[in-house]
Amino acid sequence: MKLQISTRIAIFAVLELAAREGHQLSVADIGEKYDISSHHLAKVMNVLHRAGLVRSVRGAGGGYQFSGNARRTTLLDVVQLFEELTSAEPDSVADATPEGQALVQILSEIDDIARATLGSITIATMRKLVDRQEAAGIRTKVAKKSR
Amino acid sequence: MDSAVSNAKTERVAKADAADAVRVRRVRAADVPHVIDLDAHVTKIAKAAYWNDIFRRYGRQRLNERFFLVAEDGAQRSGSGVLGFIIGEIRAWEFGSTPCGWVFALSVEPRARLAGIGSALFAAISEEFKKAGVNKMRTMVARDSMLPLQFFRSEGMMAGPYLQLEKDLE
Ligand SMILES: CC(C)(COP(=O)(O)OP(=O)(O)OC[C@H]1O[C@@H](n2cnc3c(N)ncnc32)[C@H](O)[C@@H]1OP(=O)(O)O)[C@@H](O)C(=O)NCCC(=O)NCCS
Repeated sequence: MKLQISTRIAIFAVLELAAREGHQLSVADIGEKYDISSHHLAKVMNVLHRAGLVRSVRGAGGGYQFSGNARRTTLLDVVQLFEELTSAEPDSVADATPEGQALVQILSEIDDIARATLGSITIATMRKLVDRQEAAGIRTKVAKKSR
Repeated sequence: MDSAVSNAKTERVAKADAADAVRVRRVRAADVPHVIDLDAHVTKIAKAAYWNDIFRRYGRQRLNERFFLVAEDGAQRSGSGVLGFIIGEIRAWEFGSTPCGWVFALSVEPRARLAGIGSALFAAISEEFKKAGVNKMRTMVARDSMLPLQFFRSEGMMAGPYLQLEKDLE
């Protein structure tokens, strides 16, 4: 399964901010770690802000804070802000054929599993998976350089 | 201190206290009525015969590979109430799979949820499985049952290598 770039950026941003509840990070801080342009990141942050998942902090050292509930917000909640998890093509002539219906049936099996997977993983659970990766020795290259 | 941080902290402390106060032990005959009540309360279906049978099979026999554990309030007199239960067994599945710990029931009293009891039950049965010599634990959850799915995920469970298939028999 491939997520759109904006979706991936949003997940990374939420994971970064949720790891530092009560503290803020600038778009540049996040952009540096994931090698994402500030422009693209700013657009994504606007969507997260409108969804109530982040709040912006003004002034010097301003940036964003996580304002959702990491134990209740799921990956699906974030993904659905940016893309639809369905392979059905609305109003498609081909999909209305028996062949099309058979294909839609199979593709919806996959969609259902994807939705159940993303919906079962909260941001808090994701943070635990991140910790496990770190314990297994996976390190951020940029973070290492700047320390 | 930021209120979000202090709230999260208080919540964690309260949760740790609650988890400490919980005692997880093997089921006893006197617990069965409490288990029946809890299950009837949660599922809205009373299944006394079913639970008596489960108790006979999982609470009395082959206890080295069958685990029916209950959680009770550690501060209270033993047997005064069941706050939750978990049931599992060591199963050797077909298709050449090695034996694993299989969890097939888990329930926590609704008023006692979000206090770490589910986690305590999960940790206790994991220990039992490990002592019994298996190094893998599995379960099956309906795809749309988000609460148990989120719970098992938060305990570190991931999708396994099997896909469940079925067919309508006409
Ligand atoms: C699933 C269940 C056993 C959890 O019991 P519990 O005692 O409330 O669970 P805990 O307090 O130990 O929670 C452990 C973790 O599970 C997750 N979790 C539990 N309830 C959750 C909820 N309502 N929403 C999201 N995550 C939840 C959380 O990650 C939690 O950790 P956290 O509080 O540190 O974030 C309980 O809700 C239950 O009995 N549900 C209905 C019965 C059922 O569906 N059983 C499973 C089928 S056999």
